[in-house]
Amino acid sequence: MTFFNDLWVVFTRAMRLSLRQPLWVAIGLLQPILYLTLFGPILEQVAQTPGFPPGDSWQIFVPGLLVQLGIFGGLFVGFGIIAEWRTGVIDRMLVTPASRTALIAGRVLRDVIVLVVQAMILVGAAWFLGLRVSIWALLAGLVMVALLGAAFAFISYAAGLAIKSEDGFAPVVNFFALPVLLLSGILLPMTLAPRWLQIVSDFNPFKHIVEALRAIFRGDFGSPEVLLGSVLAVLLIIIGAWVGNRVFAAQTK
Amino acid sequence: MTTGNGAPIIVAKGLKRTYKSRGKPVEAVRGIDLTVREGEIVGFLGPNGAGKTTTLKMLCTLLEPTGGDAEVVGCDLRADPVGVRRRIGYVSQAGSTASNALAGEEIVSHARLYGIGKAEAERRGRALLDALDLADVWDRKCGSLSGGQRRRLDIVMGLIHEPRLVFLDEPSTGLDPQSRANLWDHIRGLRDRMGTTIFLTTHYMDEADALSDRILVIDHGAIVAEGTPAALKAGVSGDTITLSFADHETAERAADIAGSLDGADTPEVEDAVLRFRVPNGGTALPQVFSALGQAGLTPIGVEVKRPTLDDVFLTMTGRSLRD
Repeated sequence: MTFFNDLWVVFTRAMRLSLRQPLWVAIGLLQPILYLTLFGPILEQVAQTPGFPPGDSWQIFVPGLLVQLGIFGGLFVGFGIIAEWRTGVIDRMLVTPASRTALIAGRVLRDVIVLVVQAMILVGAAWFLGLRVSIWALLAGLVMVALLGAAFAFISYAAGLAIKSEDGFAPVVNFFALPVLLLSGILLPMTLAPRWLQIVSDFNPFKHIVEALRAIFRGDFGSPEVLLGSVLAVLLIIIGAWVGNRVFAAQTK
Repeated sequence: MTTGNGAPIIVAKGLKRTYKSRGKPVEAVRGIDLTVREGEIVGFLGPNGAGKTTTLKMLCTLLEPTGGDAEVVGCDLRADPVGVRRRIGYVSQAGSTASNALAGEEIVSHARLYGIGKAEAERRGRALLDALDLADVWDRKCGSLSGGQRRRLDIVMGLIHEPRLVFLDEPSTGLDPQSRANLWDHIRGLRDRMGTTIFLTTHYMDEADALSDRILVIDHGAIVAEGTPAALKAGVSGDTITLSFADHETAERAADIAGSLDGADTPEVEDAVLRFRVPNGGTALPQVFSALGQAGLTPIGVEVKRPTLDDVFLTMTGRSLRD
C-alpha cells in the first residue's frame, strides 16, 4: 500500500527532526509539569470551596491539564509547517506521487506520539503528587489527548498552510485559544462560575470534553457527560482531518 | 551543444492561469503554447512577475491551469497528474531540505516517496552527490552547506527518481558568481551525460544565454519571442562591427565600402572609428577585410560585438530586463 509507505516515510522524517531538537521536546514536557507543581497546590485549597464538583482536586485538575495539552500541543504545530513551506519542503513533497493525505497525516502522527508521551509524563508526575484513578481512566485520558491533539494538529496545519505567515498565524491561534481556555473550565471548573458564564460555556464543546474526562477520572464511566464528551471528541477529529486534507489537497489547485 | 530533435516531451496548448484579486480576474499566464523536445535545455526568460514560475508550477502539477491543456512526458496534466509527478523532477527556488536534517536522510526519505527502496535510494543518492561534487555531505546537516552546495543538493533531490525531464526554477538565484558558473557546468552535464531534458526559468540573461539551447521569452504572461540564443540575437539587431583607422578620412572611405556590403546598415563614422551593423559579424568580417584590402585600406583595430539578450528583450517589449 503506497499510502502506508508514504505515511511511514513522512512520519519517520518528522519524528527524526523533532528528536533532533531535544530542547523543544523538553520545553514541551516542562509546561504541564509547571502547571502541576505551581498551579496544582492552589487548586487543593480551592477544592474546599462550596460549588466545587465531586472528586478530589487531582481528579478535577489532571483531566483539565490533559485536555489543555491535547488542544494546545496540537494548535501550535502550524508554525512548523509554515517554516517547512518556506524552505520548499512542502512543494518538494507535493510534486512526488505521494498520497496527499499521507503528507499531512504523517506529520499529525508524529505530533500525536509526542503529545501522548508528554501526557504519560504528566500523569506520572500527577500520580507522584497524589492522583489516584484506575488504569482505565488513565488510558481514556491518553486516548483523549491523542484525539484532541490529532484534531488540532490537522486544523493547525491547515491554517498554517492557508495563511503561510507566522505573523498572520500567531494572532489567529491566540484569538482562538484564549476563549477556549477560559470557557472550558480547564483550570477551574465552570461550576464555580456565575450563571451567565456557565450558560456561555455550555456552547464550548471543550467544556463537555473536560467534564467527560473528569467523570471518567471519578470512575463514573456510564454518565451521560462521558457519552457527550466522547461524541464531541470524535466529531472534532473527523472535522479536523477533513479540513486538513482539503487544505493540503488545495495546495496544488 | 545538441539542440533537441527528439520527440516532444512537453506540449502545452493555451495554458492559462487566472487569479482572483479583490474580485477582479488577473491573468498571470495568458494562454501559452510551447513544445519542448527530449534532450533540450530550454530557458524560460523573463522579468520577475512575468508568469515564469506560474507556468512552471502548472507544468509540474503544483498549480491547476484555469485554461488550456498540456501533456508532460506523455501524461495529461489534468487527467493524470500522478503520472506526471512520477516522471518529472522539480527543483524549486525555495529549496527542498530542512536545515537541521542530514543531507542523506532527506535524499532517502524523498526517494521513498517515489517508492524507491532504502538501499537503492542510498546508492543512487551517493552516486548523484558524487556527480555533483558533493561526495562528503551525506552526513552533514543541510543548513551547514554553502548556498551553492545546498542548491546542488536540491538538484540531487530532484533527480533521485531518475526523471527524463527536470524543471529548475531560477536555479542560480542568490549564488555568488563562482558557484553560478559551477552550477551551470553541472546543469549542462546532466543533459550531456544523462540525456535529461531541462526546462529552466531565469530572469538572468547571462544564465539563459549560457545554458539554453533554446529560449522562450515571456512577458506579461505571454511568450513574446522564441529561438536559439544566437538566432534571437541575430534576428533582433545583428552584430556591431567597430573598425578603427589611422585617420578620419580613411574611416570615411571605409564607410562607403562597408555600406555597399550585403546586409550592412548605415555606417557611422566618429573621428577615426567606423561602426556598422551586420546580421552576422563572424561571416561578414572576412568580406569586410577583403573589400577594404582591395581598396588599399587597413584598419588598425577591430571589434565585433554580439547583441545581448537584453537587446532582444528591449526590442520585443520596449523595456529592459533589468527594469
